[in-house]
Amino acid sequence: MLQKQFKVVAETGIHARPATVLVQAASKFDSEIHLEYKEKKVNLKSIMGVMSLGIGQGAEIAITAEGSDEQDALNTLEETLKREGLAE
Amino acid sequence: MGFLRGIAASNGIAIAKAYKLVEPDFSFEKKSVDAPAEEVARFQTALQTAKAELEKIRDHAGKALGADKAAIFDAHLLVLSDPELISPIEDKITTEKVNAEQALKEIGDMFISMFESMDNEYMKERAADIRDVTKRVLAHLLGIQIPNPSMIAEEVVIVAEDLTPSDTAQLNRQFVKGFTTNIGGRTSHSAIMARSMEIPAVVGTKVATEEINNGDLIIVDGLKGEVHFNPTPEMLDAYKQIQEDFEKQKAEWAKLVNEKSVTADGHHVELAANIGTPKDLKGVVENGGEGVGLYRTEFLYMDRDQLPTEEEQFTAYKAVLEGMEGKPVVVRTLDIGGDKELPYLNLPKEMNPFLGFRAIRLCLEEVEIFRTQLRALLRASVYGNLKIMFPMIATINEFREAKAMLEEQKAKLEEEGIEVAAHIELGIMVEIPSTAVLADQFAKEVDFFSIGTNDLIQYTMAADRMNQQVSYLYQPYNPSILRLVKMVIEAAHKEGKWAGMCGEMAGDETAIPILIGLGLDEFSMSASSILKARSLIRNLNKAEMEKLASEVVNMSTTEEVVEAVNKFVAL
Repeated sequence: MLQKQFKVVAETGIHARPATVLVQAASKFDSEIHLEYKEKKVNLKSIMGVMSLGIGQGAEIAITAEGSDEQDALNTLEETLKREGLAE
Repeated sequence: MGFLRGIAASNGIAIAKAYKLVEPDFSFEKKSVDAPAEEVARFQTALQTAKAELEKIRDHAGKALGADKAAIFDAHLLVLSDPELISPIEDKITTEKVNAEQALKEIGDMFISMFESMDNEYMKERAADIRDVTKRVLAHLLGIQIPNPSMIAEEVVIVAEDLTPSDTAQLNRQFVKGFTTNIGGRTSHSAIMARSMEIPAVVGTKVATEEINNGDLIIVDGLKGEVHFNPTPEMLDAYKQIQEDFEKQKAEWAKLVNEKSVTADGHHVELAANIGTPKDLKGVVENGGEGVGLYRTEFLYMDRDQLPTEEEQFTAYKAVLEGMEGKPVVVRTLDIGGDKELPYLNLPKEMNPFLGFRAIRLCLEEVEIFRTQLRALLRASVYGNLKIMFPMIATINEFREAKAMLEEQKAKLEEEGIEVAAHIELGIMVEIPSTAVLADQFAKEVDFFSIGTNDLIQYTMAADRMNQQVSYLYQPYNPSILRLVKMVIEAAHKEGKWAGMCGEMAGDETAIPILIGLGLDEFSMSASSILKARSLIRNLNKAEMEKLASEVVNMSTTEEVVEAVNKFVAL
């Protein structure tokens, strides 16, 4: 299992469009991928799970991936977060 | 055949098939199933059909309405692929042996109530998205057709309870020939939209959605405020004639596109247009608008999930200023609140939104929002003849505060080396009685007034314009209103300033003669009303209208005023 921490920098947090982009990216992998925020853990392939966290600017989040393509998944998600200016 | 009476909201005659934009019946019964595997397969089929349908809508919306409108459907599609939604439904069907409809509803409702219970307005709105997409799947399970207004591909008249901004945003202007709605008045969103799309509309018919069936042939008479459905051949012919005559009349008015708006005795006034987006400019130019008298910037902020950036705003303002080629453009700063909400601002619900935290009140508090807009406006100012107007000003201090913020941003931009127009006229909307009464004092500080009659009437009469039961109090010709208008115009002229009007009243045939007599300088209206108004004004005599005006302000009722106008002006 792999895990990585991020800090959300986007002014609007992870809402609607950013959440859509993130879930779309996660759904391409076979690994189980989760997003953790404030001790709540949701499936990162679930748009409703991600939205329900209500992640705002400045939030500390963690992404975990477990499965055959976990390294690939985590790299892609990190890249997505940075490219979209969501987190660092 | 059938007949309904409503309120004429937009001129002209439309004849086309009815397209009902109403909620279908989604009722079903809970059943137990013997073969859950088949039921899961039935659910999967409905799910895949719903997805394919949404993909089609998304692609169509992307082409017709732009990428940001289409993004909403991307999110909807993800909900239908959400493992946290789909797996529990399938599990429920398998373990509890219930029908797919029931499983979908129970799991869907769980998510809906989860989002609804969040203490964030934006999240609450997401509950509606989930409801929307789960309904689409339910419809396919039940074999019901859901209306998809964005997919309309033949000429239709839209029949609805009411039309919201997001409904109208999805309509294809090429095929929608008219509207008729159950509720609403001349100033409701659907009416304003119809005038800006230049299609006939009759609103407030109360029962249109009950009486009219999908596919019925409909005549929308936006001249008289009547709707006929399944007409007799004789009536259809008669209306085709009226439609033709109206088109001829319009062609006659069209000859006035490049003419001046002068009275028979040579007095010039300015006829300008109200717009909501740069897209509306085409109508302004085609109808011979001499300027934009009201650019409602709130549309930039609506139907999205975050504030527009300075750059987005700058692009829109620049487009309008350049499009008008140096003619005056009065931009109204953000007027949100009241009946216009922005879910993403998370503003608390109010008991009396029209009397609450809205427009300039909000902007002076949420200063970052206001600063961004002012910067965008100032940057755009070099591309045309910009005038800035603040809405809902109730006191001189509010105006001074807003002006100070503008000056501050101007100084900042100049420091950054960004060019700003040397002189930008600064005015206010006069829509609160306190401001009309104190207009003589305001006139010393502002460059112009623009009278917003829709709100001025509602506040003067203390009658909510969204409430049908008190709609009889919406009386633009009441002498009390006319006196306020007179005070404002006189106050402006005394200080050498100009006075305009950007409410519905400015384009009204009965009001125009009085307003000419009172000396109004600028009339701003729906673009589609300009040529008709110009034709009327060219037949009026200013000196005579002054006599009319001085008589009507001393009358006691609306009825007397209307009678006097009809006597003075053989319309």
